[in-house]
Amino acid sequence: MATLHLNGKTVTVDAAPDTPLLWVLRDHLKMTGTKFGCGASLCGACTVHVDGVATRSCVTPLSALAGKRVTSIEGIATGRVGAAVQAAWDKHQVPQCGYCQSGQVMTATALLSKNPKPSDAQIVEAMQGNLCRCGTYGRIEAAVRDAALALEGKP
Amino acid sequence: MTATPVTRRDFIKVSAIASGGLLIGFRLEGKTPSAPEAANFTPNAWVTVAPDGSITLTCHRNEMGQDVHTSLTMLLAEELHVDPRRVKVVQATVDPVYINAMLGGQITGGSTSVRDAWMPLRQAGAAARTMLVSAAAARWNAPVGDCRAENGFVLHGPHKASYGSLAAAAAKLPVPKDVPLKDAANFAVIGKNLPRLDGSDKARGRTVYGMDVKQPGMLYAALVPCPVIGGKVASFDGAAASKRPGVRAVVNIGEGVAVVANHFWTAHTAADAIPIQWDEGPAATLDTAGMFAKLDRARNNPAFVAKQAGDVSVPLATGGGAVEAEYTCQMLSHATLEPQNCTARVNSTGVDVWGSLQFPQGALGAAAAAAGVKPEQVRIHPQFLGGGFGRRLENDFVAQAVAIAKAVPGTPVQLIWTRPQDLQHDFYRPPSLHVMRGAVSNGRISALSSTLISPSITSRAFPAFVQKGNDPFMTEGLVNLTYDIPNIELRSIIEEVGIRVGYWRSVSHALNAFAIESFVDELALAAHQDPVAFRLAMLEKMPRQRAVLERAARMAGYTATPASGRGFGVASMECYETNVALVCEVSGSADAIKLERITACADCGFAVHPDQAIAQLQGGIVTGLIQALRSKITVKNGRVEQSNFHDFQLPRMNQVPPIQVELVQSGGKPGGIGEVGVPLAAPVVANAVFSLTGKRIRSTPLEDGGVRFV
Repeated sequence: MATLHLNGKTVTVDAAPDTPLLWVLRDHLKMTGTKFGCGASLCGACTVHVDGVATRSCVTPLSALAGKRVTSIEGIATGRVGAAVQAAWDKHQVPQCGYCQSGQVMTATALLSKNPKPSDAQIVEAMQGNLCRCGTYGRIEAAVRDAALALEGKP
Repeated sequence: MTATPVTRRDFIKVSAIASGGLLIGFRLEGKTPSAPEAANFTPNAWVTVAPDGSITLTCHRNEMGQDVHTSLTMLLAEELHVDPRRVKVVQATVDPVYINAMLGGQITGGSTSVRDAWMPLRQAGAAARTMLVSAAAARWNAPVGDCRAENGFVLHGPHKASYGSLAAAAAKLPVPKDVPLKDAANFAVIGKNLPRLDGSDKARGRTVYGMDVKQPGMLYAALVPCPVIGGKVASFDGAAASKRPGVRAVVNIGEGVAVVANHFWTAHTAADAIPIQWDEGPAATLDTAGMFAKLDRARNNPAFVAKQAGDVSVPLATGGGAVEAEYTCQMLSHATLEPQNCTARVNSTGVDVWGSLQFPQGALGAAAAAAGVKPEQVRIHPQFLGGGFGRRLENDFVAQAVAIAKAVPGTPVQLIWTRPQDLQHDFYRPPSLHVMRGAVSNGRISALSSTLISPSITSRAFPAFVQKGNDPFMTEGLVNLTYDIPNIELRSIIEEVGIRVGYWRSVSHALNAFAIESFVDELALAAHQDPVAFRLAMLEKMPRQRAVLERAARMAGYTATPASGRGFGVASMECYETNVALVCEVSGSADAIKLERITACADCGFAVHPDQAIAQLQGGIVTGLIQALRSKITVKNGRVEQSNFHDFQLPRMNQVPPIQVELVQSGGKPGGIGEVGVPLAAPVVANAVFSLTGKRIRSTPLEDGGVRFV
């Protein structure tokens, strides 16, 4: 049994220590908002926050999370930044198939939490690790920019 | 994809193909699509009004990002006189009533969903509304013509009744035929922008894709497939794997060995450790160079002539100054971001299948064949797709999941492929060779000959549709060529190369457009003409095509004489009953080309949901950039060499330029949109690269031609 601090709660999980956090969330806890895309930290679909840092859950073993705070897409809306990012996603009608969007929202939220006024170049730098096979990049970029303005009080 | 007439016989035929023959004689006539609740009003296969006033659309096309849940709801809501945001969308299962009349099967593809549903869904809404109004009129003893329906209510003088309160009475009325539909001028929903009905959930991780299905007692399966497609398990030792904690079964399904376990990670790690010897089969010697050599040797084989006018033989005679060129396209994987997966349960009553599907009817056939049961015993539960792009027209993963689930009767099993498996066991976009010849006179093309040589997808997937060497999906982009050229001969030659090929968003439109739109630029050069003016002169009889090309050039600030270090490319075509033109502006030099901007203008006649039509064009162009820039699938010793996104590189945010799209709506019924952005991306970038560097690259990905994109 391992203990996980997830979305503000403490949960216990009966999983082998080498189990990637992705599968702990999806299979053990049946929280399917975090997606499996590549298994090798190449696409970003599985992005969560570990102590506030955007982290690829597909290559993060359960054993590495002792004492850490994990936030998944299911818990992101309770924060001011996460809620603003999701509102901007709605405003710009970002998702198509939507499969990558949990990861995109998590990466964008981590960026704006650390850097509330990113330049366009910084947005691209932060987001380029997240693949979108549908090609929604233009709207993602616009939404991140918009979320930053909204958080600044300039919607 | 091309329109195909549909009959009940076609449905049976397509089912038979999908199941390997087991579905012959299968009929679903008389089966109601969803068993209606007693008091519900379900006048047809799409709409249900419940007594509580809730309205449900049973959506017969699968949502893979292309907006069918919203745009089809808009069609229904327009005539039902309800707010589309009030409509709950549920996904249809398999039934002949849901056949796509443009494709002859229950298929989501070919940019057909809106075109096919344009009449039936509006008629479904109009019929339901008419019956609700009639029920109200009867209740109030008022003339039907004096009652009106508005936003989910029927009104007459002081009377007002909700649709829900009228549902039970309406259900007893006969379904009217030939209810008149609104004129476009009176549309209140269609043609307007509203938020996607599925958008909010998708930004919050709430959408349930195939891989998110959870069933009580569900187990997980990992598969180790033969590294050579078509190969089989010769022997294996599953003893150690079966003893691992959590492992419930080790199953040989012929094409691979699967481990069923309580969790996916348990199954995956156990499967990876199983020693397996393979019988790799005849494909074990395949390599990419050999495939292209085979296409090359077939260039003089008998060809199907897709389009012919005049006589090309004289202007293209050897020694007569004809321009000649050859173009090739490397194979591509679909790379849906959601890897292939499927959940299946086999029990005494039959088979249940949950999955991300574009061809649920085919899934039904595949599941029945794999389980050895009657089609009537299979229940298909389609889910949201984490991308389709044509990959999920195939149902190989359904057959596998059912074969594995048979080993644990009564227990649902979710099979999940890893990314390497997904890239290495695809139905690839065909490799292609184009042999082009052309001549110019008086500033115009006087003769054009094009021969496409490639494997045929349809010969495998729907063999009955290939007749006399004509795979209608290979001639897309040929039969619908828009240019007025007096002497023309456009041909296709089917040549199999030993690898399975599949429909990849926009199919042969992209292969043919790359060759033709690049070659048209070569002929413009030979004619000493500007590429835009050269095309416009050949479009005098095609005003819609001419208009989008002119407008795209204007939007992009196109100039025939760009500044040093800048280049413009242009490309133009009709596809899916939509006219489209692209302009690409690039900068830099051959070893560091920057895509500055891509501009598109499309005339789809009428856009049902304009914002999402634009989104589809933007996304389609990014999909086309997969072909254009650097992605390719290569084979060595029968094995696909690429394994993940480091060596099959999809465009990322830093590599995709701003994409500006404008729609022209010249009226009439809607044209297709989902695939329209794809085919011109590669030629427009190739033409821009030529404008910038003077280097004509005749192969995709373009980086194979000695340039680098930044």
